[in-house]
Amino acid sequence: MLYLAGKPIQCTWDTAMRELWQIFLSFFRIGMFTLGGGYAMLPLIQREVVEKRQWVDSREFIELLALAQTSPGPMAINAAVFVGYKHRGVAGSLVACLGMTLPSFLIILIIAMYLVGFRENHYVESFFKGIRPAVVALIAAPLYALGKAIKIRWWGVLLAALIAMAIAYAGVSPAIMVVVAALIGLLNGMIRKHRSGENPDVS
Amino acid sequence: MYLDLFFSFFKIGLFGFGGGYAMLPLIQHEVVGTHHWLNVVDFTDIVAISQITPGPVAINMATYVGYVVSGNVWGSMLATLGVTLPPLLIMLIISRFYLKFRKNQYVEMAFSTLRPGILGLIAAAAISLVNSYNFIDKTSGLIFAAVFAASLCRIHPIKLIIASGLAGLLIYH
Repeated sequence: MLYLAGKPIQCTWDTAMRELWQIFLSFFRIGMFTLGGGYAMLPLIQREVVEKRQWVDSREFIELLALAQTSPGPMAINAAVFVGYKHRGVAGSLVACLGMTLPSFLIILIIAMYLVGFRENHYVESFFKGIRPAVVALIAAPLYALGKAIKIRWWGVLLAALIAMAIAYAGVSPAIMVVVAALIGLLNGMIRKHRSGENPDVS
Repeated sequence: MYLDLFFSFFKIGLFGFGGGYAMLPLIQHEVVGTHHWLNVVDFTDIVAISQITPGPVAINMATYVGYVVSGNVWGSMLATLGVTLPPLLIMLIISRFYLKFRKNQYVEMAFSTLRPGILGLIAAAAISLVNSYNFIDKTSGLIFAAVFAASLCRIHPIKLIIASGLAGLLIYH
């Protein structure tokens, strides 16, 4: 048997494979239950990836959402790629992406092939009438815990409220609000730095 | 035709900023407008199916259109691969830079306001989902309240989704 730094290589290979398999399974589960658009996966990712597996912490989870907003394509894919990459490099991101995509791929394929009247089915319709308000609740419920995790202050709450209203009621694109929010922080930081640079006594 | 499928969905993946429903006009332009793979009625039907099946709308759309156009699984696979590849590559690069530069003071400055900002984005998503499509009667409100409370009590989201689906089956059947 080959040894590397005192450990059998076989063993590290097994560990790597097991972790990749775990990433795949976690994202397969998330992909399976992401019903009703990108934001519906947030509670699932938070529960599975942040709390259970601890691959990213709450702060990184928020930051990953910001990054996922600035990259094109479905947010679910972007989030999967980030978590996979952070935990297990490129292989991890590929596996996470595959896990996230596979459930919807398989289900849609089956529908396209066999179930033409799927949408009109009375049972399916009733089932989803129950799920729709639940998804909204699941998206809203973690906000408080997330706010606490990033140690949000009064100005943060105000900013979040303004951004929420701009998007929900004025129809501003979320991507634009991400850029605006980042610029505000950058500007504020640079002004502070500039001031403390001019008179170092005051800071 | 297979190449057409791949590159059309590659384009959708590359320029589809904002994810999900923000990508729909772009998808419609490619699938209905440019290539005439679907008519508007079929397109609307698939959007509706996407809403009641798991996963990103763009992936659902790619899989479905790929199958309808080619009549087999390969078309589905190519279209899905096409729409996944650009975000995968771009997000890999972004993740790499982020993990490298997140201790950078300018990145930290930007994130100081971005973090609360993202909470605003999540709140906006929840607000915009409070509509007559998701909330059809008083029962919807009850389900919302129950799931909200249960979620605060840290019951797993998957359990809550299944439970509310079964509740819907019992109530609306």
